Amino acid sequence: MKNSNLLTTEKVAPSVHSALYWTLADTLVLAKRQLMRIPRVPDELVTATLQPILFVVLFRYVFGGAIAVRGTSYINYLVAGILVQSVILGSAFTGIGVATDLQRGLVDRFRSLPMAKSAVLTGRTLADLIRSTFIILVVWAVGLLVGFRPEGTILNWLAAMGLLLLSSFMFSWFSALLGLVLSSVEAVQQSFVIWALPLMFASSALVPTSTMPDWLRTFAEHQPVSLIINAVRGLVLNQPDATATWQAIAWCVGLLVVFIPLAVWAYGRRTAR
Amino acid sequence: MSNTPAILAEGLHKSFGKIHALDGLDLVAEEGNVLGILGPNGAGKTTAVRILTTLLLPDSGRAEVAGLDIVKHAQTVRTHIGLSGQYAAVDEDLTGYENLKMFGQLYHLPGSRAKRRASALLAGFDLVEAAGRVVKTYSGGMRRRLDLAASLIVSPPILFLDEPTTGLDPRGRLAMWEVISDLVAEGTTVLLTTQYLEEADQLAHHIAVIDHGRVIAKGTADELKTQIGGERLELTVAPGGDLHAALQALRPHSAGEIQIDRERRHLVVPVTRGAQQLAAIVRDLDAAGIALDDLALRRPTLDDVFLSLTGRAATEADQLEEAALGRSSR
Repeated sequence: MKNSNLLTTEKVAPSVHSALYWTLADTLVLAKRQLMRIPRVPDELVTATLQPILFVVLFRYVFGGAIAVRGTSYINYLVAGILVQSVILGSAFTGIGVATDLQRGLVDRFRSLPMAKSAVLTGRTLADLIRSTFIILVVWAVGLLVGFRPEGTILNWLAAMGLLLLSSFMFSWFSALLGLVLSSVEAVQQSFVIWALPLMFASSALVPTSTMPDWLRTFAEHQPVSLIINAVRGLVLNQPDATATWQAIAWCVGLLVVFIPLAVWAYGRRTAR
Repeated sequence: MSNTPAILAEGLHKSFGKIHALDGLDLVAEEGNVLGILGPNGAGKTTAVRILTTLLLPDSGRAEVAGLDIVKHAQTVRTHIGLSGQYAAVDEDLTGYENLKMFGQLYHLPGSRAKRRASALLAGFDLVEAAGRVVKTYSGGMRRRLDLAASLIVSPPILFLDEPTTGLDPRGRLAMWEVISDLVAEGTTVLLTTQYLEEADQLAHHIAVIDHGRVIAKGTADELKTQIGGERLELTVAPGGDLHAALQALRPHSAGEIQIDRERRHLVVPVTRGAQQLAAIVRDLDAAGIALDDLALRRPTLDDVFLSLTGRAATEADQLEEAALGRSSR
């Protein structure tokens, strides 16, 4: 072994830059790590993309004939719901990834480095935004193939994209928090069944809420996932619903204000075994 | 500064629920030395390392690394230390080169220096050929070397190695010992945990034996061996051989009480000068007409250390700990 190479005069660079600079730099390094992993572990992205594609096609052809929605075709109604669902399901990989890093000891290494504490999480959630953009575009394209006809202007559609990414960011942080607190891949997966399925199905995603029993309808019409779906649907069908849009944005921002500090705290706490 | 130990721990306590992982742990490692922490699974070795590397807060007690309090100055402590754990903490889906470059950037080296450092470390750890392969395809020994390389990116003056050779084959273990010796020769202070007395003996200037989160013996390897007793000669007399005559022949060579298992015709003789005595012992047994089935010189193991210090075997301690945890310990 040529061990003369082992040691070096390299020292930690003196901090000529601000803490904010290093937080951003570390975030980009770790976001790049996530993006580099995509072609190496393609099944993650494939699963996250195939699922909403299947939903669009299945629901369009299985329920499409049986469900009448007022004012538009079922596929036009459906796409907004599936887009939000795909964002929620895609965020599961954030929590699973965080839990995997914890189990493999990688988080220990990151914590022992003189890097920005929050970068491990911001890097991951930033990379997730890029992944979500891809998934949203694929679902949009598949929708177009099976009869989805968005209405209105491209500005409205871009606004819908922006709202979807904002909600994706929020769900990623929530998922990261779950990963840190539950710290096991299986537990994170199970938790998604418990919280994500009710929010996704007891909503306006697949069918109008008007036929639901009163107690369920009250929940379904006011829970954040429905509000996000209604806002996106309004924007892509040229029936913008200002109230739903502002409520959806308020929910996303409000939850981010709660989840980000909680997740950073959970990451930095020095109590875990 | 020269009077400040590189690593100092005083009365560290840490509990996880009902388990007292550390129960008043005291440690000192002088600059440039290797401190070996020897103990069975569940003795508190990993907890001690996690506290000293700022990953975990102690319940009470205090500790300094590089003269800095690990609780108050955690962020500064991190610039002085490297950590290589029991689990090769690298990204399995990245290549060896990509891993080292990423960690270099997280140590805030400029991109070009991070790249150069990654290449130099891969060369130093005999990983050049595997540099472009994803870590998933590496052998256990290669992963450990990469993990150690990742902890050496900025040549930290103080290195924490948590069971660096557990799970390695003998060749991998020797290679790892060589690397650690080189680092120490260049002035690095090392705290090393191990379950192998032999490893502590090879590498450590000072050894602390810990059990139930407390130091139960400390000193140099030689001091400990004197305390434990040295090597043991284990003989099995051939069937029909005279055990009593064998005992007579062996007694003058023994440094202590000879243990006899009559059923298995097995004798354990404590000796002080091991190999040098072997020839004389064989001659005397031969002269007494005693045929042997088996003869082996055994150096003391962690079990022997534990047996002599605590009256029970290390594996027994392990099982107790596991029973207390209600699951197999990490």
